[in-house]
Amino acid sequence: MGDPLFWHRLQFGFTVTYHYLFPQLTMGLAFIIVVLKAMGLKTGDTKYDEAARFWIRIFGISFAVGVVTGIPMEFQFGTNWAEFSRLAGGVIGQSLAMEGMFAFFLESSFLALLVWGEKKLSRKGHFGAALALWIGSWLSGYFIIVTNAFMQHPVGYTMAPGGVFQMASFWTFLLNPWAFAQYAHNMLATVVTGSFVVAAVGAFWTLKGLHPEQARLNLRTGVILGFIFSALLAFPTGDISGKMVAKYQPVSLAAMEGRFESGPYADLVMIGQPNVAQARIDNPIRVPAILSFLAYGHFSADVKGLKAFPRDQWPTSIEMLYYAYHIMVGLGTVLIAIMALGSLLLWKQRLDHTRAMLWVLMLAFPFPFIATTAGWAVAEFGRQPWLVYGLLRTAQGASPTVHSGSTIFTSLGFAGIYVVLGFLFLYLVAREVAHGPAPTGAKA
Amino acid sequence: MAMLWFWLVSVLVAIYVVMDGFDFGAGILHLFVARTDQERREVLGAVGPLWDGNEVWLLAGGGSMFLAFPKVLAAGFSGFYLALFLVLWFLILRAIAIEFRSHVQDVLWRQLWDTGFTVASFVLPVLLGAALGNVLRGVPLDGSGYFELALWTNFRVSALPGILDWYTVLIGVFALVTVAAHGSLFLAWRTGGSVHDRAAALAPRLWGGVVVMWLLATVASFKVTPALFGALPHAPLAWLAVVIFLAGLLLVFSGLKAGRHLMAFLGSGAFILGILAATAACVYPVMLKSTLDPAFSLTAQNALAGTVGLHAALGWWFIAFLLVLGYYTFLFRFHRGKVKAAADGEGY
Repeated sequence: MGDPLFWHRLQFGFTVTYHYLFPQLTMGLAFIIVVLKAMGLKTGDTKYDEAARFWIRIFGISFAVGVVTGIPMEFQFGTNWAEFSRLAGGVIGQSLAMEGMFAFFLESSFLALLVWGEKKLSRKGHFGAALALWIGSWLSGYFIIVTNAFMQHPVGYTMAPGGVFQMASFWTFLLNPWAFAQYAHNMLATVVTGSFVVAAVGAFWTLKGLHPEQARLNLRTGVILGFIFSALLAFPTGDISGKMVAKYQPVSLAAMEGRFESGPYADLVMIGQPNVAQARIDNPIRVPAILSFLAYGHFSADVKGLKAFPRDQWPTSIEMLYYAYHIMVGLGTVLIAIMALGSLLLWKQRLDHTRAMLWVLMLAFPFPFIATTAGWAVAEFGRQPWLVYGLLRTAQGASPTVHSGSTIFTSLGFAGIYVVLGFLFLYLVAREVAHGPAPTGAKA
Repeated sequence: MAMLWFWLVSVLVAIYVVMDGFDFGAGILHLFVARTDQERREVLGAVGPLWDGNEVWLLAGGGSMFLAFPKVLAAGFSGFYLALFLVLWFLILRAIAIEFRSHVQDVLWRQLWDTGFTVASFVLPVLLGAALGNVLRGVPLDGSGYFELALWTNFRVSALPGILDWYTVLIGVFALVTVAAHGSLFLAWRTGGSVHDRAAALAPRLWGGVVVMWLLATVASFKVTPALFGALPHAPLAWLAVVIFLAGLLLVFSGLKAGRHLMAFLGSGAFILGILAATAACVYPVMLKSTLDPAFSLTAQNALAGTVGLHAALGWWFIAFLLVLGYYTFLFRFHRGKVKAAADGEGY
């Protein structure tokens, strides 16, 4: 507990996990808002604009929390990971600066126009503001993912004396194949998060018998988009991401699967607790040979277990990685199942009356948040013990002059502030949902 | 290359101070120039659509420093650790206050966030000004390229200084008064009615304070870091900057006298830009001065990142900068005319 490294990791991990709850919602909603505004423009039907107006209000609240929890992330590279910043700044500083210059300015300039400017803008103008926010927020996502991709799978750099990373090829760095796979997977996930939230609000209003037209529109939009995007999340993007891990981080794959021994026809462990000290899975339920197929495309492929790798290359928490991966995959499957069933009922025109399904949709909205958080935990615990995979260890990246007296204080400070922020956010969003789609000014 | 990037980063930081400076200033004055809910919504309506973009200049400046001078970012951010987290937490409070205040129609709720907005707007310029003071005074950078500073020690400018000592706090107060004065002109320009009248009445007094603080800060800097002024005769850019800030000051006072607040506001922008540019020209090439040994100082040359990356960055940097200028032109044209308080349930 007195080790500053532990607190640097905990603080960054906590603040980034908390932060990302908001961008995943706003990036997903930004896309859905564009879809709604486009439908409104195309059909001329105002119900789409009314739905968009409601989600823009939720977007505005979420965006504010995303911004204020995002700024600490930028700072913490320098404050908590000074050695990493000094050594890798010439490379990753590039994408982080691009995020500010290309994405944040675009988003911040058009946010107020989107949220409060509908009356002053033409219909097309307001659609343009929605489009700008969508492009800005998804660009921002790319720059962050390409930064992370460098840490997962470093490309386009040379190593100067003293272990300093320097840019060798800007375009190789910016077009990192790892980033493409991760970006596609991640952005689909944001739309899934947005869809579940939209569907949950639609289901809530339907169950309460409120705002029937808007309730049905939200339900339809959420369920259709949710089904398409959650399916794409598993295949092809999840599949591609898994194969990338198998190829470039085989030791992480072994830990994710809780696999200690090597060999062909590798089993997939569905359930069980990794017992690292004994190098086995307790009470496992296995599906034979599936892992070989998923990782390498044929059943006889040899999948290496943890024991095949030197101990000092093992991820620092096998257990966290194993659970994060299983939660992500398990919940991902549940998400597809819920939306597939929802879509079936929608197609049969029975969704509005199937109360059990509406209850499920209303209550399921936390699942994509949990699955996404688990997914990022897989990526980040899987990267350990490295900060830049295979090149720079996490322990070498922390700030040398910041002691645990400071990091404990700031970690506690964030914990307190973020609890308050969470309550405020939930309060304001709950008010909007309770108020419904009508303009807020209509209420006393 | 080193000089170019030194100036690009300096320009971004200076623009940040001018831009976020006016919304800090509006926040400082918020409780005093706006009394009724209607009036407060005018102030918030003036800064609401702009504050977020203004803050991005800080991230753009920080990001550009990260890519061009990673050592400076690493040493500076970890060395000022606690002070920077205070900055972050007050930035959170301020942003939340602006964004959440008008969502709920309740007297206490709105009082809470109005006060939060003003308190955070007070504290931040002092902290950020003190950071500039630290850069001018120097920090105990050693051969490792890092330093460690307590928030304060004995408030003296000694061998073992704190982040806050009499000099850095003085620079912080100078920053506070300056952005308050800058904000008063912004509000006088952008609002009408009572808010305008109060801001316009406060402006000359605040600008009197700026001149006093400027003289104090200059004398103090002369005492603490005489080398700063020693560089002046050899820095033609510094002379240009001095001309700009003096002209800005002149514009402020003549604008105030004529009741032309946009002109005065532009003058105060020039004053801030000029004074920061003059400072940058005098400290160049040092970015983080060591109080232990000048050889340990981080300079634009010895902290510069690799050339390949910097060449690539120049390419996209100017494209991005032009885009940003485009957004701002559009934004200021879109929001031209005096601000009116938004209807209930809408706006800031």
